[in-house]
Amino acid sequence: MTQLPATPSKKKLGLVIDLDICVGCHACVTSCKGWNTENYGAPLSDMDAYGADPSGTFLNRIHSFEVQPAEGPSQTIHFPKSCLHCEDAPCVTVCPTGASYKRAEDGIVLVNEDACIGCGLCAWACPYGARELDQAAGVMKKCTLCVDRIYNQNLPEEDRLPACVRTCPAGARHFGDLGDPDSDVSRLVAEREGMDLMPELGTKPVNKYLPPKPKDRPAAEPLSPIADLQATGLAGWLDRLLEKL
Amino acid sequence: MHPAPSVIVFTVLSGLGLGFLAYLGLGFLRPSGVYAFLIYGLAYGFAVAGLLASTLHLGNPQRALRAFTQWRTSWLSREAWTSVATLLVMAPAALLAIFAGFPSATFGFPGALLALATVFCTSMIYAQLKTVPRWNHWTTPALFLLFALTGGAILSAQAGLAAALCVLLGLLLIFSYRLGDGRFAERGSTMETATGLGRIGKVRLYEPPHTGTNYLMREMIHLVARKHSARLRVISVLFAAVLPAVTLLILPLSVATVALALAFHLIGAFAARWLFFAEAEHVVGLYYGAR
Ligand code: SF4
Ligand code: SF4
Repeated sequence: MTQLPATPSKKKLGLVIDLDICVGCHACVTSCKGWNTENYGAPLSDMDAYGADPSGTFLNRIHSFEVQPAEGPSQTIHFPKSCLHCEDAPCVTVCPTGASYKRAEDGIVLVNEDACIGCGLCAWACPYGARELDQAAGVMKKCTLCVDRIYNQNLPEEDRLPACVRTCPAGARHFGDLGDPDSDVSRLVAEREGMDLMPELGTKPVNKYLPPKPKDRPAAEPLSPIADLQATGLAGWLDRLLEKL
Repeated sequence: MHPAPSVIVFTVLSGLGLGFLAYLGLGFLRPSGVYAFLIYGLAYGFAVAGLLASTLHLGNPQRALRAFTQWRTSWLSREAWTSVATLLVMAPAALLAIFAGFPSATFGFPGALLALATVFCTSMIYAQLKTVPRWNHWTTPALFLLFALTGGAILSAQAGLAAALCVLLGLLLIFSYRLGDGRFAERGSTMETATGLGRIGKVRLYEPPHTGTNYLMREMIHLVARKHSARLRVISVLFAAVLPAVTLLILPLSVATVALALAFHLIGAFAARWLFFAEAEHVVGLYYGAR
């Protein structure tokens, strides 16, 4: 059913992404592609993978931006982006077949691939580029929040997380219930002023982004001496001695 | 947005066929016998060819019947219903004209309404998208409906009416081009709002997520197609509106005149529809530092 749940779900499972910590290593991209190719639904295909013009389906992509403040040095920010599981998901209501839906119980936005005709309209409706039509299967692919991991009793408990969250070596990704104000993720969002992407479009994303903290020291001038060490103790005595020689 | 030929052909031809059906339903043209067979055949031909072309861009067309299920929320689903309803309701009108030789308002009037409703639903598929500010405006349904009405009037050989509609169409085209250029800025989405990084400063793309291309970029960021937009704008107004109006007003009304006016109009309509897609910028481009 492409009607959104009449009453928004209490439980709002989603991700909190810390832009201060992400190092842009693309580990989450790889683990996402791996898990979602081997498990739920059609595999995430690649086209011309070893040829001159390779491209493929990904549910999570890392962009890198440079931000230039009015004064001071610029900052490089790595920016992971996947489905934000919006509360007012425009991708769901446009779907003619009912293949796109938002779950009433936990707010996850999913595609029933057996019903999808591959018209692509939902990808047009999403502001964030979170949906990609798989070129081999002809069906719409998107982040499932690893619905086949988070409730999976066959996995050890520490693995019942989205693959990207489980993989991130820097700890930049958090998973939890953003509908519960006392959850770890909600508290993180409150503390760090977590933000919505393109709030002006009214999609009410569940996923939140934690803004990078301001730089606490100015960046080094290009080609400035790296070390101006004042050695003490034995090293200092040696330093002074050697300078005299 | 990617100007996919199947979608351009679909929207132009089905709009023309449905517009023509509306005039037939309203009794502007009252053909009978073999002549009615040809006329209705032409209208159905355009409408059905257009609708069939629309299935060409589907990833899984064999499941197309499912598109009838979500009429409560989806304009695409509503379009599926109204288009089939139009073709079914107009069928008795066509049969009566062919075999009994008289027009039927009983089927014709509702059929005409349904035909225009279908064009409206098609236009709303685009107009509803907040992500494409240029489309997200009343001028989108107005343009689609006016194209259908103008094309239909030309095909039904209503010289005066068609010329008047051509004038309106030309003005609306010019208005929508000018207005459309400012729509993206009006919506207020920028790289700063897209990333939330505006609170720090000015954002620019440093590295895209991958060196190659992807579905999103192919589908929604189509820069090449905009290359000749200034020239195409002139061509679209000239061919869709000016030339058919002049043709219908100065040449004596005949099948050849109508065919010539229609040929002009279609060239203009295809140019306008190409631009409709090619010039439409999707906000997702902001993540790729492009529009
Ligand atoms: S991010 Fe895009 S695909 Fe995900 S729920 Fe929001 S609109 Fe839909
Ligand atoms: S591509 Fe599939 S899921 Fe998306 S709108 Fe079309 S039918 Fe629905």
